[in-house]
Order: sequence, then C-alpha cells, then structure tokens
Amino acid sequence: MSMTQQGSLLGFVHRRRRGAELFLLFLALTVGIGGYAAVGVGVQGEVPPDILAYGGGLAVLILVAHVVVRLTAPYADPVLLPIVAALNGLGLAVIHRLDLAYEDAGRKHDYAQQQLVWMTVGVLLFVGTLVVLRDHRVLQRFTYTSGLAAILLLLMPMLPVVGRTINGARIWIHVGPFSLQPGEVAKVLLVVAFAGYLVLHRDALALAGRRVLFIDLPRGRDLGPILGMWLVSLGVLVFQKDLGSSLLFFGLFLVMLYIATERPGWLVVGSVMFLAGAFAAYELFGHVRNRVDIWLDPMAYYDRSPGSGQIVESMFGMAWGGLIGRGFGNGSPERIPFAESDFIIGAIGEELGLTAVIAVILCYVLIVERGLRTALICRDGFGKLVASGLACAFALQVFVVVGGVTGLIPLTGLTTPFLSYGGSSLVANWVIVALLLRISDQARRPVPDLSTPDDADSDATQVVKLG
Amino acid sequence: MNKPIRTMSLFCLLLLTALMLNATYLQYYRASALDDDPLNRRVIQAAFSRERGAILVGKEPVAESVPSDDAYKFQRQYPEPLKYAPVTGYFSYFSQTGIEKTENAVLSGDDSRLFVTRLLDLLSNAEPKGGSIDLTLNRKVQDAAYAGLKGLGPGAQGAAVAIEPSSGRILAMASVPTYDPNKLASHDLGEVTGIYDRLNSDTNEPLLNRSIQTALPPGSTFKLVTAAAAIEDQGYDADSLVPGGTTLDLPQTDNTIKNENGISCGGNRITLTRALEVSCNVSFGWLGLRLTDEELRTQAEKFGFGQHYLDDLGPQAISRFPDTLDDPLRAYSAIGQYEVAATPLQMAMVAAGIANQGVVMKPYLVDQVRARDTQVLDKTDDVRLSQAVSARTANELTKMMVGVVKQGTGTTAQIPGVLVAGKTGTAQSTPSRPPYAWFVSFAPADDPQIAVAVLVQSSDTDRSEIAGSRLAAPIAKAMMEAVVNP
Repeated sequence: MSMTQQGSLLGFVHRRRRGAELFLLFLALTVGIGGYAAVGVGVQGEVPPDILAYGGGLAVLILVAHVVVRLTAPYADPVLLPIVAALNGLGLAVIHRLDLAYEDAGRKHDYAQQQLVWMTVGVLLFVGTLVVLRDHRVLQRFTYTSGLAAILLLLMPMLPVVGRTINGARIWIHVGPFSLQPGEVAKVLLVVAFAGYLVLHRDALALAGRRVLFIDLPRGRDLGPILGMWLVSLGVLVFQKDLGSSLLFFGLFLVMLYIATERPGWLVVGSVMFLAGAFAAYELFGHVRNRVDIWLDPMAYYDRSPGSGQIVESMFGMAWGGLIGRGFGNGSPERIPFAESDFIIGAIGEELGLTAVIAVILCYVLIVERGLRTALICRDGFGKLVASGLACAFALQVFVVVGGVTGLIPLTGLTTPFLSYGGSSLVANWVIVALLLRISDQARRPVPDLSTPDDADSDATQVVKLG
Repeated sequence: MNKPIRTMSLFCLLLLTALMLNATYLQYYRASALDDDPLNRRVIQAAFSRERGAILVGKEPVAESVPSDDAYKFQRQYPEPLKYAPVTGYFSYFSQTGIEKTENAVLSGDDSRLFVTRLLDLLSNAEPKGGSIDLTLNRKVQDAAYAGLKGLGPGAQGAAVAIEPSSGRILAMASVPTYDPNKLASHDLGEVTGIYDRLNSDTNEPLLNRSIQTALPPGSTFKLVTAAAAIEDQGYDADSLVPGGTTLDLPQTDNTIKNENGISCGGNRITLTRALEVSCNVSFGWLGLRLTDEELRTQAEKFGFGQHYLDDLGPQAISRFPDTLDDPLRAYSAIGQYEVAATPLQMAMVAAGIANQGVVMKPYLVDQVRARDTQVLDKTDDVRLSQAVSARTANELTKMMVGVVKQGTGTTAQIPGVLVAGKTGTAQSTPSRPPYAWFVSFAPADDPQIAVAVLVQSSDTDRSEIAGSRLAAPIAKAMMEAVVNP
C-alpha cells in the first residue's frame, strides 16, 4: 500500500518553516486590516478611527495562534494558518461593510463585532485543540463517542424546547442566549467517527465482494454502514430541510469510504444511492423541487415565495461587479438577503469583482491541497483518513455553497468557510484547521529513532504517548 | 491509501475549477446580459445615484441632475418640462425614453469617449459624473412651435418640426398633448408607477412624440413630391399646362376626384404653378395617372420615405408610399391620400430638400458631446442623405411654393419683407373623423434658413374650419419668424 512511500520519506526531514508562516501571516494581516480600512475609505470616506484597535486585536489573535503553533506543533504546515487568517480577515471586512450597508437601509446590525467575538472563540479553541491534543491518534479512542455525539447534535434541533426553525431549515438550537448550528460541529465529529470506524473495518470493506462489469462491488452485509449514513443524510434532508448538510455528510462519508478501501465500487454504489435519494426527494418534497426549478430558471421565480430573489440579486450583483468590482461602498450588497452568511460570495463578487472571487476560491484550493498533502505524508491510517476527510469536506462545502450561489448547482445553503457570518461555522472551522495542523505536525516531524510502527494498521492497538 | 487520496485531490481540483469557470462565465461573459435584465434594479439605481450629465439647449439645460438628500444622491430635473419632453424624454426608475435613452451612455458617463474623464475621476477620487449633450434645437423656434400648438386648445393633437435646410440640424421639435417628465423622474416610485400608467393608458397618447412617431396621410403637402417627380421625370416646369376644372374621372371605376369643397381650379388648362397655388386635386390626380408607380415612389424615397434616418431619437415611424397601385389609387396617392403616410419630420425634410437646392441632409438633434459641461469631445458632422431633385427642379418648385404663400392657399404664412415658400395640406382620413391639417414651408425663399412642417391631427376647431392654412400655417409662420426676423 503506502509503505514503500513511507519508507522513502523516513530519510527526508521536513523543515519547520515557522519563519515563512510568520511572513505569510503578515500578508494575511494586510488583507484583514487593509480590507477594514478600505471599507472605511470606500463607504464613509475616511480610514476608520478604530483601525489601530481593530488591527491590533486582529494581529494579537493571529500572533497568539502563531506562537502556539510554534510551541506545540513546530513542524506543522506553514501555509494553512496564513490562508485561514486572510480569509477570516477578509470575511470580517466584508461583514463590516454589510453592517454599514444594512444601517443605510435602516436595518442596524453589528454582525462584524459579533463575528470578531466568534473569531476570538475560534482562535481560543484552536489553541486549546493544539495544546490539549498532542497526538491526533488519541481521537481514535473516541470513534463511537464522536459518532454518537454527532447524531445527538443532529437530532437536537428536532427537540421541542431548544430547536428552532430559522428561514425554513430546522438546524438551530437555542440554549439561553446562545444559538448554535450543531451541523457544523457534527461535521468534525463525523469525520473523526468515520475515520475511526473505517480504519478498523477497511479490510473487510475492501477485500470482500464480487466483480460486476469491471467494478468490484461490495458484499451485501458490508452495506450496513453506508446504508445507515444514507438514512441519516436523508433524515437531515427530510426533517431539517437542510439540503446542504445532507449532501455534505453523505458525500464526506462516501469519499472517506473510497479512500479507506481504495475501491471505486463504493463510489458507484454511493452515487447510485445518492441519485436515488435525490430523485425521491425531488418527487416527494416541495422544497427540494422548488430549489431545482429555481436553479433551472431563476428569473421566472424572482417575485415568488419561496422564490429566487436572493440568488437572482446575487447574480445581478456579481455581474454588476464584473472583473474588478464596484469597490467597497459602490455596490448594493444589501439587496441580497443574508449576504453576510450564505451569500457572502455574492457581496464579494459585487464589490471586489471576479478577481477577488477567484482569489478566494484559490485560497480554498490551497487549503484543500495542504490538507490532502498532509494526508499523503501522514504515517498512520487514521490520520490519513481524518486529514483527507476534513480537506474533502472543505472542498465539498465550498463547492456546494459557492456553486449554489453562482447558479452552477441548485442552491442548498451552507456557510462559506471562514468568510460567512456565523459562530458555529467559524469556530468549527478553526478547530478543523487545528486538527489539520496537528496531523501535519505529526506527519512532518522527524521520525524518532526508536519505536517506529511497521504496520500502519496496528495503530488501533498502539500505545500512544501523551503530552 | 495514497492512490485514492490523489484521485480525490484531482476531483476536488475539478470541483473548485468548475466554480472558477462558472464565476468567470457569470461575471464576465454573462455580465452584460444580466445588467440589461429588466428585473435588475442595480444598474438604474447606480444611475440614479450618480450625477448624470445635462441636456443643453443653447447654454441652458433642459434636463439636469441636482443634488438630492434622499436615498438617491441626485434628482433629475426638467426646467421646461412640457415644451421639451418629446425630445428629452424622461428618466424614470423604471424606463427611459428620448435623448435620455439614446444618449444614456454619455449622460451616465459610461461612454467610451468619456474614458479619460472617468480615469481622472478615479485617480482624483472625484465622484464620477456623466457627460453632457448639446442639442441642435433653437430656443426661439421651439418656443414658437410649442406656443402655437398649445394655442390650439387643451384637447389638440399635433406636432411641429423645423430643420436648418443646409445642415439637417433640427431647430424645433414639439408635440401636443405632452407630459411632465419631472413627475416620472420622481423618487416616489409608487407615485411614478401611477402617473406612468395613467399617461400610458390616456387615449390622447401624451407620451407619443408625434413629430417622428405618427405617420399620417400628408394630403396636399405631398403634391410637392408629385410635382417634383413630374418635373424631374417628365420634363414639366412651373409654367407647363395641366388640366384644371372641377372633377377628374378615374379610369376603371365610377369614382371621380374632386377639389376641396367642390370648387373649380379656374379654367380647363392651368399652369402647374396655379395648380399648386390652389392645391388643385384634379391637376395632381391627373399627374398621378401620367406618372408611374415607380417614378412616384422613387421620388418619395429620395426625400426619405421608407428610410430610417433619425439616429438621435426613437422609435421612429417610417414614412411610406404604397406598393403596386392601380390607376385610381395612384391618382389618390399623388394627392397624398390613400395609404401614403408621412411624419411631420419627413414633410419638413421635403421642404428642406427643396430649399437646399434639392439636397436632403440627414436630420440630427445631438450637436455636441461634452465632458463635464466644458470640453467638447465630439461634434456631429452634417451628412448628405440624398440628392432628391436637381437644383433646377428645386428652383421651379421654390417658385411655385412662393406663389402658394403669395396668392394661393398659404397666404396666412406671409411674413412682411420676407419671401416665404410653403404648401398647405388638408388630408381626409375617414368621413367619421376630422381631417388632418398640414403646412410645410421654408424661408427666406431666396436664402433658406429654416424649413418647417406642422401637423394638426385634431383640435377643438369646428370641422368646417379645419384647413392647413387656418390651423397649421400660423404656427409655421411664427416658427419661421423666430429665425428670419429675429
């Protein structure tokens, strides 16, 4: 399998590259602070008076993250943190811009301030994850715990007291003053659970089966887990009306199953199940059919309810932005409902243009690439699965939300990672990055002379040194 | 596990590349189609929030943007709304017409000729501002035209156009009933919708610019075209003798052509000049029978019939001379009845062509394009549309038209001390509705400065009183006086 490659990697020692990370972080801060200043200049005609406080705060958060990485994960990938910092900073600037636009339109919000609080929480959890979790393999112990927690989290919005339906989707829980979108947290837990489960059972899933038309199809009894996940995804779709998460969870499971077993047959089985589920959902549920109809002819549904006003306004905005955008303050992003969350890419496209949209997507490409690279060089199967699962979840989520907003696929509704307003999503994504950094630190760290595991599959029983 | 990870990395790259391609398609290739979508309010909202250039007549604006302190930063204003509405059009949140529409690129500042200005605005961080448009209109002539039409009474429908014969510059373009574009440019969008619906459903069609959008039978003014064809193609001149009398028997039918009010043109053989002076239907019907379809149509087309020649305003109704005619219908067509239809602008071009030694100039309204009210970026050149008749024919026609005003049906257009050339027209449409009154003229006949066409489509005047000389000629006279007798 991958042993030969691992063998060749043993002689190669990765450099730490923390200096490079620091340099890139300065560039990222330029994006965040410069964006905030540009919003002030463009909308209010002056650099915001609190630019120093804001910039200082942002810099402190980022530098804390950097120092913690230096201390606890010195060999971690040097590109991930700067990209994430740049995206988060850009998101803050655009949300601040939208706050000002909403205020002009008579709807006052302070989303940007709240987002900054959530970013702080996110960075704290990032730090906490890196400090507490010194070896990602520890997580494998919590395979079933995470799975159970994920399912419970997904069920919570359905509970009568804490669950809330917001904008047609029942994906929120409210506890006291806090509201939480548990799906975002469940995403991380599901990756851990899938990885733990698959790394144990992959041989059974990979080897048994029969060959039909050049494709190795799995045995019927091994279909249990995929069938279970399929039902969970359908449940999310049917009961919570959350197309995006449903698609993401099932896609994520499928991808990880394929990576664990190396059998494209699973992809075939999974795709057939996905298509069957999607077709049934289209036939049975009005809200699914409505999304597809809108996707096919958005203009026809502009004035209806539920209609396409949001996506059409977003497309008009992006067209109006053109190649270089109208500039902060010269567009009308407030015309797009919920521009600060799901449709933030529309607001970016309008005021910063195609250039910025491509730049943002390229940032995601880099995140995914760094994640998958980590998976490639990772020495243990569990780490490989977690890293590749998180990276693919990222790619899928970006594809589903940006593709939906730009009319490539039917609109489903997910947050744009690190850009969109929303605490659950931001915090969960910071934890994801911490996990990726932890795995890449392990993967890039020079192999100790003693106790090299000679079989990746024995990970499950290996004694792990903590701390 | 590395092989599937590599496969997945390719798959993820594919997904994200698809996103980038789709974003490029949306923001670059499809952008202008989306910008033009009728549902898209962004473009118009931006236009509303930008200082739009002015439309100027002389040095004074007839449309300008002034600062406004509501949701949009500027308010479009029309200082003389009713008089200039047919030309300026309106600039509302929902639609635009007139110069506001055809010159929108300049006025909004998006025109490529304003590129340097835009760049300077960008660099100096100034608010972008549109360019302005100088119109060819002459304030005095426009005043006279509008005052004359307004004088017909509140229910009147009509239009008046004046052209400078040597250049094609449109000196006046008025139309009644008219409307107030200020009300349509209002920022109270609910009110705008209501007003627009009312104007649009009004049976008097106030939104119509009758000078270019109404093509009606030109009646006896078309005899100028018939006479031009007879002189050009069949060797007639002002003194050639043609049949007069009271009636013309039409071949193949029992119909006859009679003169207006059944009078005689005076004698059985009269000169062509006399025939035009008294607007003799018998003589010109007879000429119609002598000429071929082809000769009449070609002559009409040389004056501009069947053509689209006005680029500065739209939509323009196309004046027409009917296809394939039998003898009786050709006789009717030769006196401007049946299916012959012309806009007031077209008839002004007939007069202007005769005035300009037979050369018809392409009419235009936009004189100059300026950046920020000062620097001239572009000036419209005079363009020759066609040589409608030879200079000799034009002179013959001028002599005859001078006779019309001196001692014929057009005496009401006389201006003391100035030689005026003109022709009346009273076109019968259906017996159920009153005839249209026309007058076309130019002055001074020996050095033409202005050519005019006036159409009174309907007015409060008693039916028996309707005639080109009574209703239309005085308006034309006032318009000519504004130029030749300043």
